[in-house]
Amino acid sequence: MSRTEQARPVERRRLGLSLLATEITVLFRRKRTWAMLLALAAVPVLVGVAIRLSSGGDSGRGPSFLTQIAGNGLFVGVASLVLAIPLFLPLTVGVVAGDTIAGEASQGTLRYLLVAPAGRPRLLLVKFLGAAVFCFAAPLTVVVAGTLTGVALFPIGPITLLSGDQVPVAEGLLRLLLLAAYVGVAMLGLTAVGLFVSTLTDVPVGAMAATVVLAVTSQVLDQLPQLEALHPFLLSDSWLGLIDLLRQPPEWGTFGTNALLQLGYVVVFGALAYGRFTTRDVLA
Amino acid sequence: MSAGLAIETEALGKRFRGRDAVADVALAVPAGSVFGFLGPNGSGKTTTIRMLLGLISPTSGSASLLGSAMPDRAAAVLPRVGALVEGPGFAGYLSGAANLARLDSADPVADPRTRKRRIGEALDRVGLSAASSKRVKAYSLGMKQRLGIANALLRPRDLLVLDEPTNGLDPQGTREVRTLVRSLADGGTTVFVSSHLLAEIEQMCTHAAVMRTGRLVAQGTLDELRGAAPDDRLHLATPDAERAIAALGAAGLTATQAGAEVVAPLAGRAIEDLVPALVAAGVRIRGIRAAEASLEDRFVALTGEGFDVAN
Repeated sequence: MSRTEQARPVERRRLGLSLLATEITVLFRRKRTWAMLLALAAVPVLVGVAIRLSSGGDSGRGPSFLTQIAGNGLFVGVASLVLAIPLFLPLTVGVVAGDTIAGEASQGTLRYLLVAPAGRPRLLLVKFLGAAVFCFAAPLTVVVAGTLTGVALFPIGPITLLSGDQVPVAEGLLRLLLLAAYVGVAMLGLTAVGLFVSTLTDVPVGAMAATVVLAVTSQVLDQLPQLEALHPFLLSDSWLGLIDLLRQPPEWGTFGTNALLQLGYVVVFGALAYGRFTTRDVLA
Repeated sequence: MSAGLAIETEALGKRFRGRDAVADVALAVPAGSVFGFLGPNGSGKTTTIRMLLGLISPTSGSASLLGSAMPDRAAAVLPRVGALVEGPGFAGYLSGAANLARLDSADPVADPRTRKRRIGEALDRVGLSAASSKRVKAYSLGMKQRLGIANALLRPRDLLVLDEPTNGLDPQGTREVRTLVRSLADGGTTVFVSSHLLAEIEQMCTHAAVMRTGRLVAQGTLDELRGAAPDDRLHLATPDAERAIAALGAAGLTATQAGAEVVAPLAGRAIEDLVPALVAAGVRIRGIRAAEASLEDRFVALTGEGFDVAN
């Protein structure tokens, strides 16, 4: 064997934790990530200010949570989450998920990560986990900004749940975190879809747009009564189920259904992404 | 693997949409050599390098790096390989050092405890220490290129694959790269450098291979390549150009006038045998010399003059 063959003893191989840590650090060091989180944080602030300015006359219209805000500031977070679910959250998640692989490709870093060698399955997993962290950070931002806005503008008190029971403020805050966790889980399926789309192209904007379009399409299909049989399998079907966590006791069944549905999407689109990414020619 | 080959390919080929980008390439890069990979733009150099590094899979043939088959054994062998592929690629919003830290963390055998020191040393080696905390967005092309080379040097490597390493560098930068390559080679690293610049290869390489429209047309040591070059030429300075061309023609050489000189390929003839014939024909000789074939002649003979992009 050549000299180079014996140059060094076999080095210890590490898990991808170091790569994952860098991935998350880099994600949250980007201005774009902060801009999106700030935009999400602006939703509860706008909701709170608008209601504060118009409070007095209850028009009797609009989502029921909005009308409760004037009475209890803790509802700002709940109402804002519900408002952000159809478009704002999928938009930001779509940007992060669509960027995962295509962004690296367009930047020219994909080839260097692979030559490092990151390993294709390992890189894919790290990219998914990084985007998943964002899935939880996004609703958490809405809830935190909502609670702060609520505390600043409205009275705070025990929360009256949908079931009619009242829970103290501390438990109310816990329920808010639970809602954020529910929404975080609800966005995982979309993240897997975005990851897959991102392996198909070297143009990140295209992958982001396609992911968001799929999220919107899923919600449109969910509105068509003719497709009722299809509804339970739609990506977005469980998104608004978070309301069930505002009952006493919380309906964990809805949480489970949501988790199962999203897990299904993660498995299917994760497998598709794996199949595509591990065999594809990296020309960018 | 044949003993002592750092890179070996057998009938390596890649088809894109029914067109051969690379076909039937059999490279043999000896361990410890500085190997120049020459060819005009579009001749398949980068495609070959992408196959060597496992970025794309060959449609035919096989490749091995440091004795391990690619791409199957990529995870085991790539940590021992440093690479610069088709120009630098970095995240513009991160600093130079942060970019290197990111790529280093992707290497499963790189030690995080020594990361900072190794990054510092690599940046120092390419003269980027002062700009290490600057965002890459603000780097010039030459600085990005240096950062790309620093990335290849993050850990001691057995093989360096450098695709057009001097692209975008100023003359000093080009010289620094040459010096760097030499010092790495002295340390026992095999260096595989692609370039379309002959002078560069001639100055730093011990071996070379030439690609043309996706095929390997020559490889060997520089001396072997020069030896196989077209004939040495006779350069004759004379006021009697026409008479000289006729006389050389009578001696069996096809001479042409080039500026103030008459030039003819020697075709293995010795100059001392031709001079009496010229004198006898009444040619007044001001000067006569044999010009050794250069690698450039050989390169042009192999790859053709002018633009010749594969179609």
